[in-house]
Amino acid sequence: MTRVGLIRLAVIVGAIGALELACRIGLIKHQIIIPPSEMASALWTLLASGSVNADIERTLGIIVLVIALSIVLGFAAGIAIHALPRVRAALDPFFATYYAVPVFIFYPVLIAIFGLSVMPIVLIGVATAIVAMIIATLNGLDRVPRVLTKVARVHRLSRIKTAVTLQLPAAAPYLFTGVKLSVSYGFIAVIAAEFILSPAGLGRDIADAYADFNNRRMYALILFLLIVATLVNAALHALDMRFAARRSGGRP
Amino acid sequence: MTATRRFTDTFVVVLAMLAVWQVLHLIAGSTALPAPLPTLTYLLHNVTTDRFATNAAATIEAFFFALLLAYAVGLAIGVWMGAHRLSGAVGEPILVALYSLPKIVLYPVLLLIFGLGISGKVAFGALHGILPVALLTTGAIRAIPPVYLRAARTLQLTPWQTIRTVLLPAALPEVFTGLRIGFTVTLLGVLLGEMFASKAGLGSMIMTDMSLAQSEDMVTVAILLFAFAAVANGILLWIEHRLHRRV
Repeated sequence: MTRVGLIRLAVIVGAIGALELACRIGLIKHQIIIPPSEMASALWTLLASGSVNADIERTLGIIVLVIALSIVLGFAAGIAIHALPRVRAALDPFFATYYAVPVFIFYPVLIAIFGLSVMPIVLIGVATAIVAMIIATLNGLDRVPRVLTKVARVHRLSRIKTAVTLQLPAAAPYLFTGVKLSVSYGFIAVIAAEFILSPAGLGRDIADAYADFNNRRMYALILFLLIVATLVNAALHALDMRFAARRSGGRP
Repeated sequence: MTATRRFTDTFVVVLAMLAVWQVLHLIAGSTALPAPLPTLTYLLHNVTTDRFATNAAATIEAFFFALLLAYAVGLAIGVWMGAHRLSGAVGEPILVALYSLPKIVLYPVLLLIFGLGISGKVAFGALHGILPVALLTTGAIRAIPPVYLRAARTLQLTPWQTIRTVLLPAALPEVFTGLRIGFTVTLLGVLLGEMFASKAGLGSMIMTDMSLAQSEDMVTVAILLFAFAAVANGILLWIEHRLHRRV
């Protein structure tokens, strides 16, 4: 590991250690934050008991569904909009403002329309994640070098073959950025929706544990979600690095 | 010609959205989702009520302090990590990792620390805003040509003078991008905070309206928040473009 990496590790371990110490000597009250070691043991007991398995399945299932829908539909919408320049010009101002307005505020409206079920959660998740994928697809298609389409014409490639062998690989880095953002936004929106109002799920569990003053359970669940989110982000980062390495090395 | 055509096209998109809204209203019924036209007339009535004024004032107050805190802490971290190379190299990946976490799961922790009043909301809003401000400030300062700093050293400027007269002016356009994004996410953070376990503010007003099936109230508040965020973002973007052109 590099020196910087070692220092970073020391900073993180030091911060957790300081929190542990502050909790142990009573500087931070047990009713407010429990020591990190207790969070870990509480999480271990919780997972071993199997009592949250149903909620874990439900929440992760919704997140996977939201991300899959956002990526597939966002990609398709991106291709369609890119093919229609006039539609795109009309939509551009909306794309530019989309992530500046609090779209999440419409979650209660969706509950009023569809009732308290999975539907509003999925819709608010897709609404949050899909636009990043559309914008990334548009960006990616914009950046396909003109020369590639000319090459395709010279070789008399079919439309589909051009798309698969030339355009898609050229746009891939931008598409991956869209995938990364969709995953991150989808995750955040689903957890937030569950936390604020939902019939079940991990976000709801945390809110319930908070209302019941059940700190061990609450911190165990928070730790669980933070670990899952960190692992997912780390995996996406590793993939990103690999793509970058492949792009820069190998071919002349 | 093209400008008018683009304007008409955007107008057509707005009309299409209103049409979708109308169709949703026909499907869902008036109690769940009121029709566009009555809602827009109701909007004018709603903004004059005391209830709206009280809640809007609560949101503005919390948002103001959250933004102040996010900017102060974010800029301090950003300047430090941008100017001190090792701190930046160590800290940046940590901040990037924190940035993509679902911060909502930390809200109960903040509520336990700061209580249910305005402080909890302010802390949660600021938590959203600090990270983008800090990250973009770090990037902005790191991108400053080293020769500027050498000139500052030759002139024997104090660290504070260096920050004020060299670092900030050179980094301003990009720092401003951070401030703009910080504005957006802090507003979202405050509203999210209000939607959970809060008795004041527009976020809590929307939740109450939902449980009372006051759809018109709910939709008008959501539209007003949209409009506020969009206009504010437009103004900040305009300033940002001017700053970029100046350099």
